Amino acid sequence: MTTATADAFTAKAGWRTRLADNERLLWPLMLAPAILYIVLLVGFPFFLSLFYSVSDVTVGSRSMSFVGLENFRRVLATDTFWTSLWNTLIFTIVSQFFVLVFANILAMALSADFRGKWLVRLLILLPWVAPISLGAIGWLWIYDSIYSVINWTGQALRILGPNDWPIWLGQPNLAMASIIIVQIWRIVPLATVILLAGLTSIPQDIHDAAAVDGAGFWRRTLQITFPLLLPITLVAVLFGIIFTFTDMIVVFLLTRGGPYDQTQVLATWAFFTGIQGGDLAGGAAVSLFLFPVLVAVAIVFLLLARRSEVT
Amino acid sequence: MARRPFKLVRIARAGGHASVLVFFITFLAFPFYWMLMTTFKTTIDLHDVSKNPFLFNEPPTLEHLAVLFQDTQYLQWLINTGAVGVAVVLITLVLAVPAGYALARMTGPWAQTLGIAIFLTYLVPPTILFIPFARIIATLGLQDSLWSLVLVYPSFTVPFCTWLLMGFFKAIPRDLEDAAMIDGLSRLGAFLKVVMPISLAGVLTAVIFAFTLVTQEFVYGVTFITSASSYTVSVGVPTFLVRGDVYFWGSMMGACLIASVPIAIIYNLFVDRFVAGFTVGAVK
Repeated sequence: MTTATADAFTAKAGWRTRLADNERLLWPLMLAPAILYIVLLVGFPFFLSLFYSVSDVTVGSRSMSFVGLENFRRVLATDTFWTSLWNTLIFTIVSQFFVLVFANILAMALSADFRGKWLVRLLILLPWVAPISLGAIGWLWIYDSIYSVINWTGQALRILGPNDWPIWLGQPNLAMASIIIVQIWRIVPLATVILLAGLTSIPQDIHDAAAVDGAGFWRRTLQITFPLLLPITLVAVLFGIIFTFTDMIVVFLLTRGGPYDQTQVLATWAFFTGIQGGDLAGGAAVSLFLFPVLVAVAIVFLLLARRSEVT
Repeated sequence: MARRPFKLVRIARAGGHASVLVFFITFLAFPFYWMLMTTFKTTIDLHDVSKNPFLFNEPPTLEHLAVLFQDTQYLQWLINTGAVGVAVVLITLVLAVPAGYALARMTGPWAQTLGIAIFLTYLVPPTILFIPFARIIATLGLQDSLWSLVLVYPSFTVPFCTWLLMGFFKAIPRDLEDAAMIDGLSRLGAFLKVVMPISLAGVLTAVIFAFTLVTQEFVYGVTFITSASSYTVSVGVPTFLVRGDVYFWGSMMGACLIASVPIAIIYNLFVDRFVAGFTVGAVK
C-alpha cells in the first residue's frame, strides 16, 4: 500500500492514469462507496437495534437509559412471545417442506419441452413477481368470511355440506393453514426457478449414459438428479427459510396475528409492539430473536460456498 | 424410458405431465384470475352467494376501475412507486456496478469472503432493521416523505445487485480487458469502454430486479409513510382500500392486477439471466 501511495504522489502529472491502472488502489476505491453505504444503512441500524433492546426507548420520549436485559426478561415472560415463536417455527417448517416437494415436481415438469411453455412459466411465476402485499390482498378476498370462492366451490362439488362454511381466517387452525398456504404459494415459484437452473446445468450425457446402462426414471432421479441438485436445492431452501422466518407481510395482511394471537409470528409481533405500540425497546428485543436463525443460515451459506470452492 | 415404444405409456406420461402443470397453474395463477373476474363484476354480483361466482351473472362493469382512479389516489401511488424506483435504481447502479466489477476481478483470499459478506447483508431482513430506522428517519425529519424510502431501499438493492453484477462480470472473459490494456487502455478505461458495453444486458437485468424489489417492499413503507398521498402501490392498496369493515373488493382487485401484470411480464423476460447471475457466486 505504501509504495502504491508513493507512486501516486511522485507522478503528479499522470496521477489520473496511474490511479486508473493501479489495481491495489482501484479495487478499494470501487468497493468503498458500496461498502460504506451498507455499513451505514445495515450495520449501524443493526447495532442501534442491539442497543435499543437493552434500553427503555419509546416513540414518545427523547430520553433513554440502560436497563440491561429487562426487555428480554419482559418479552420472555409473556405468553404471546412463546405463541409467536412456536407459530414462526410451524409457519416456516411446514411451508418450506411443501415448497421443497412442490418445487421439485414443478421444476421437473417444466424442464421438459412442450408447447406454450412461455405462457405456463409466466403464469407459474406470477405469485413471486407480483408485489406480495397485493397478492395477499387477492387471497384475503378468496378467504372472505361470507363470499369465499373456496367455500362456494366446495359446496358446489359437495365436498362441504350445505351448512358447512369454514371461516378461513377466523378459526385458529384454519387461519394457520391459510397463511401457510399463501406462503407456499408465494415461495414455490422462486424455488422452482432456482431448481430449474440447477436441472438445466446437469449435462444430458450423464442421463443418457445411465439410461444406456439400464437405469429407469426413478433410479436416475434418485441417484443422479437429486445428488447433483443438492447444493442448489440447499440455496433454494435457505432462501425460503429466510423469507419465511423473517417475513411479516402475509400474516400482517391476512390475520394481523389473530384470532387472539393464534397466528402471531415474531416479525408481526415486533411490528405491533415497536411501531404501533410505541415500545421501540420491546419491539427491538422481539425482532432480535430472529437473528440466531439468520446466523445459522449464514453459516450454512459460508460452508456451502467454501465447499464448492474446493471442488 | 425412450426404449419403450408403447403408445399407452406415452399417453399416460403426457397426461401425467399435463395434470401436474394444470394443478400448479390453478394453484399459482388462480388469485390473479380471481382478481380479473372481481375487477369487472358489479357489486351486486360480487355479493350474491346464491349465484355461481365463476360467471358474470350481471353484465361486466367498469365502475370499480372508475372508483379506483377517481376516488382514490391510486395513480399517485403508481407515480410514487415509479419515482422512488427510478431514484433507488440510480443510486444502486452508481454503488453496485463498480463494486461488482471490483469483486469479480479482485484476486486473493479477501475477494470471495468480501463478496459473500456483502451478499449476506442482503439477508438481514427489514423486520430486524425497521425499528432503529423508524427512529433514524424521525431524527432526520424524513417521516412521511418518499425520501425516507429512497434513502433506505438501497440497503437491500445494493447488496443484491452487487452480487448479481459480480456474477455477470465474472462470466466475461478476462482476455477481453487484457487485450484492450495492451492496446493502451488503463484498467478503468478497459472496464468503461470494453466491459460495460458488453455487460449492458446484465446491468439491465440488475435494473429490473432492483426496481421490482422496490415495488415489492412493504415493511419500511408501512412504517415510515402515514399519509395517503405518499404511499407506494404495495402499501397504499392494502392500507387505504381496507377501511374497517368496508372492503372495496372490485377496486382493490383491479389495483392489484394493474400493478402486478406489467411487472410480471417484464420480469419473465429476464428471469433466466437473473438465475444465471444469481447462482454463479453461490454454486459455481
